[in-house]
Amino acid sequence: MRIWPVASGVAWRTLKNVFTNPSILFPSLAFPLFFFTAFAGGLSQVARVPGFDFEPGYTSFQFCFVLVQSAAFGGVFTGFGIARDFESGFARRLLLAAPNRTGIVLGYALSAIVRWAFTATVLTVVALIAGLNVFGGPFDVFGLYLLALLVNVCGLLWACGVAMRLRTMQAGPLMQMPVFLTLFFAPVYVPLGLLTGWIEALATVNPITYVLEAVRSMLAGDEAHVALAFGLVLGMMVLFAAWSVRGLRKAEAAG
Amino acid sequence: MSNSAAQIWALALRSVMRTARQPASAIPPLLFPVMLMAVNAAGLDSSTKLPGFPTDSFLAFALAVPFIQGALFSTMNAGTDLARDIQTGFLNRLSLTSMRGWALIAGQLGGIVVLGLVQALFYIVVGLAVGVDFASGVLGILTLLVFAVLVSLSFGAFGLYLALRTGSGEAIQGLFPLLFVFLFLSSMNAPRNLMEIDWFRAIATANPVSYLIEAVRSLIITGWDGKALALGFLLTLAIGLGAILLASAALSERLART
Repeated sequence: MRIWPVASGVAWRTLKNVFTNPSILFPSLAFPLFFFTAFAGGLSQVARVPGFDFEPGYTSFQFCFVLVQSAAFGGVFTGFGIARDFESGFARRLLLAAPNRTGIVLGYALSAIVRWAFTATVLTVVALIAGLNVFGGPFDVFGLYLLALLVNVCGLLWACGVAMRLRTMQAGPLMQMPVFLTLFFAPVYVPLGLLTGWIEALATVNPITYVLEAVRSMLAGDEAHVALAFGLVLGMMVLFAAWSVRGLRKAEAAG
Repeated sequence: MSNSAAQIWALALRSVMRTARQPASAIPPLLFPVMLMAVNAAGLDSSTKLPGFPTDSFLAFALAVPFIQGALFSTMNAGTDLARDIQTGFLNRLSLTSMRGWALIAGQLGGIVVLGLVQALFYIVVGLAVGVDFASGVLGILTLLVFAVLVSLSFGAFGLYLALRTGSGEAIQGLFPLLFVFLFLSSMNAPRNLMEIDWFRAIATANPVSYLIEAVRSLIITGWDGKALALGFLLTLAIGLGAILLASAALSERLART
């Protein structure tokens, strides 16, 4: 059964809701900009810490984190919309009407990608004005945005799975807290080599660490962990896709 | 007990019970600031190697932040609770009684004061448990408790003002990120004299939250710093007084007594 009409319909409706409702659009746009301002502006002195050797500078170092964070949270914010659709009863009508229900998940994923693309564009423009240095070539730049986009899809699939299981806006903290913690248990402020103690142990086993290191290395034009990062993110995508489709089945069973 | 005192007591008790019965309101203000502190302290520990950094423990430096972040939660809790009272019609029913406006504000703040005290005690215990040495000693810890309660009270009053103006719990929740901006654009992660970006240092210097954090921080890492404490207490009192006046004015507008 054709999946595209369902996916495009869901994506179009979700994007129309987002772009015509400032209270939905504004937080996902403002949060990354705000974190970028606070971290790149307030912590620039960290670049002088002995052992900090990221050539493009601290603004660029933090841009990479905020880009990945905005991608992950862009997915989670779209998950809030799914929960809202269940609360309002729209999602149940959608389940009844859609000939191919997997298209519903695909539609939400497409809308998350478009929504994040808008956020990433604004963030990049602001970062360039604020002094972002890009030392990598076009292939590196393409790679770092592609990696972030895959993180965005992972965030959406995770949140979608939660939203379809719990079907209430009160699931919001459950969608965002694990994502928030996973992001902040990575080398946010300094490279992995400068972390010590428990955070170093956690960061070493945290897949987002390698995503961040890969994104930063591509920005610096000195690739490291790139294949590992893509492998990890694709693995997470498969896991979270199964999680969200299982969630869809649970929502179907709940009626 | 006088009539006013009885009114305040009844509303304060209701406010305390309501906060205590909602784990979703009481637990995040305790845990979330501590988690953020732990993550920031671990990630930024190498900052202490910078020349001029005031302490060799970033955890001690960062411990001041939960006190203020917890108070931000007070703003949200106080605002959301009152907004719910407005939305459910409880405030309208109260307006039919002989309840005085200022008693309503004082009573509503009762739960916030209790939560503020519990939060401050929790953060102090966490600090002591992880080995932070309070430079100002036992008297400093007591001063810190008083300051934390005052900050919760002031921010809580601001939450009441927002609730009375908007009358919507959703609007109050929507303002949370805006309040968070004040925290992140302050000296929460770095001393102002070490900030290298001029515009950020200017914003942090103009931001009153910097001085509240620095007052708490002085008690933890410096000892007794009269200037930091005076600035912290004066600003807290000014914010509290301003917020209570604004809340009172908003309440008179909202209560249509006949």
